Amino acid sequence: MTASVSSPAVSLPANVARSGPSFGRRLRQVPLPVLIGGFVVLFWIITALTVSFWGLPDPIQIAGKRLQAPSLSHWLGTDALGRDVLSRTLYGAVYSVPIAIGVVAVGVFIGATLGAIAGYVGGVVDGIIMRLVDVTLAFPPILLAMTISATLGPGLVNAAIAMIIVWWPIYARLMRAQVLEVKEREHVEAAIAGGAGHIRVLGIHILPLCWTPILINATMDFGQVVLLAASLSFIGLGASPPTPEWGSMISEGAARFYSWWVAFGPGMAILTLVLGFSFLGDGLRDMLDPRSK
Amino acid sequence: MTRTETVASSIATQTAPLLEVRDLKVTFNSPDGAADAICGIDLSVGAGEVLGIVGESGSGKSVTMMALMQLLPASAQITGSARFRGQELVGATSSTMRQLRGARIGMIFQDPLTAFNPVLTVGAQIVEALRLHEKDLSKKAAWERAVELLAEVSIPQPDRRATQYPHEFSGGMRQRAMIAMAIANRPDLLIADEPTTALDVTVQAQIMDLLNRLREERNIGLILITHDLGVVAGAADRIAVMYSGRIVEQGSVDEVFYNPRHPYTRGLLAALPKIDGEAGPLVAIEGTPPSLRNRPAGCAFRPRCSVSVERCSTIVPALLSLNGVETACHRSEELQRISA
Repeated sequence: MTASVSSPAVSLPANVARSGPSFGRRLRQVPLPVLIGGFVVLFWIITALTVSFWGLPDPIQIAGKRLQAPSLSHWLGTDALGRDVLSRTLYGAVYSVPIAIGVVAVGVFIGATLGAIAGYVGGVVDGIIMRLVDVTLAFPPILLAMTISATLGPGLVNAAIAMIIVWWPIYARLMRAQVLEVKEREHVEAAIAGGAGHIRVLGIHILPLCWTPILINATMDFGQVVLLAASLSFIGLGASPPTPEWGSMISEGAARFYSWWVAFGPGMAILTLVLGFSFLGDGLRDMLDPRSK
Repeated sequence: MTRTETVASSIATQTAPLLEVRDLKVTFNSPDGAADAICGIDLSVGAGEVLGIVGESGSGKSVTMMALMQLLPASAQITGSARFRGQELVGATSSTMRQLRGARIGMIFQDPLTAFNPVLTVGAQIVEALRLHEKDLSKKAAWERAVELLAEVSIPQPDRRATQYPHEFSGGMRQRAMIAMAIANRPDLLIADEPTTALDVTVQAQIMDLLNRLREERNIGLILITHDLGVVAGAADRIAVMYSGRIVEQGSVDEVFYNPRHPYTRGLLAALPKIDGEAGPLVAIEGTPPSLRNRPAGCAFRPRCSVSVERCSTIVPALLSLNGVETACHRSEELQRISA
């Protein structure tokens, strides 16, 4: 989309090939926040995928003395049971990154599907779906997520289900608004006049023009989901104790104020990942949304 | 072919036109009450014939065509009859309409930029249109057809152009591509809704030439909706003048242009700047068209008419044939005598 906008192919003679700028030049055109955010996020994704091959101490086994300050053998110190904080922090990505991606992906799928149906079909269907959205959004998100995950019982999977229930309505609203706008455009009418059926009109002529705000919102929401997942674990509703989850690690560290390093590792992990997603989302919005310029 | 056969076939086409509209009415139901957009019109178009429909904005030109294609919102109530090759369109099921739209009846829109999907290449959209109505056509074959179609509407370097997006086309090229898409499935009837309004004058002429050539080559019936009398004069065989949801005058272009009977048609022609003769002030038609919810009783044009008489305010004039031209005016006979 962006590449085709920048190529003035209309005025070019025929023999000039339509090759875009080189990869290096394109990279330099990307705004700095997107680059920084992208690299931070990429770091955590790679960590989540490969951390077990790095030869770190086992995050669940005792690796040394209790509550030791950061040193050369334990870069981020040890926790109340003598486990290596750096290792636990890096292993935390194994839980946080898939949860963030999974919750947002499923939330987008459910929300966008229902929102698209509501916007396209309209009438009673629209009314039912949107009232469901209104009811869900009427609760403070963290309270609703706590209630649902407490009802389902502690555990990361249940916390993820609770977050999906909290999250999908935002995407349903966004998608509905987009579909309502795009379906009135003339090319949709032209497609119907050309004999296209409902599925084709929605799938080819409406939905491909609706993704930009969803994509931007989803990128920003990854960070929010990381934060909410950690919050649920912090109050004991997410991961259960031996699991190296950032929220529960901060919870353990918060009790030992003078051993600051116990909470410092997971705290920095959450900070960098949430900031990384925010930078990425902000930058994507600047690149994709012409109104924000 | 013998002479009698030719005569017989020409009679056959005359008796069974491609599209025959009888007493078509469109009413929009809204909370503020019903609005009659079309109050009963009769039209017919034969194969290879060009019917021009003219009238000012809001006279119901586009609504008529949208009603035929069933593209109006659900609040529109359509009655009457519209037969396309003998098949009734009013009340036809949506699956019947889907098979007709794009395949047997093509549509060309006013603004070709907004009428194309911005995220698909022009070639992909023509392929899409082809494969929609010809399911077993392979993608490769469809692409070749798409390139041929672009070539047929005189787009230079069609194979390269097919890979470009609509915004990379100029206005005239885009309208050509739109026409290529409309004729992709070899329709019998083309509906062109203001096809040249968004284009500048030189390009307008090229597009009209193209439509005319396609009509001759493919024997397509063409309905040309426009408010540009110049376009109709050059391209149409017959012309229907619409005013406030009714046809007020219908006949061959020469008859209507050189000998208009209806005061509204006269007003329209008088409002045109003339390239020959002395440069005088342009004559505007006083007043504005009536609102759809609040039409005057009798003839809708009466409040703006300079020759109205008493019965014009009570009786709606019927569309009556007078020397080959159908006119809906109580005084058409007198007016014709005056002008003759």
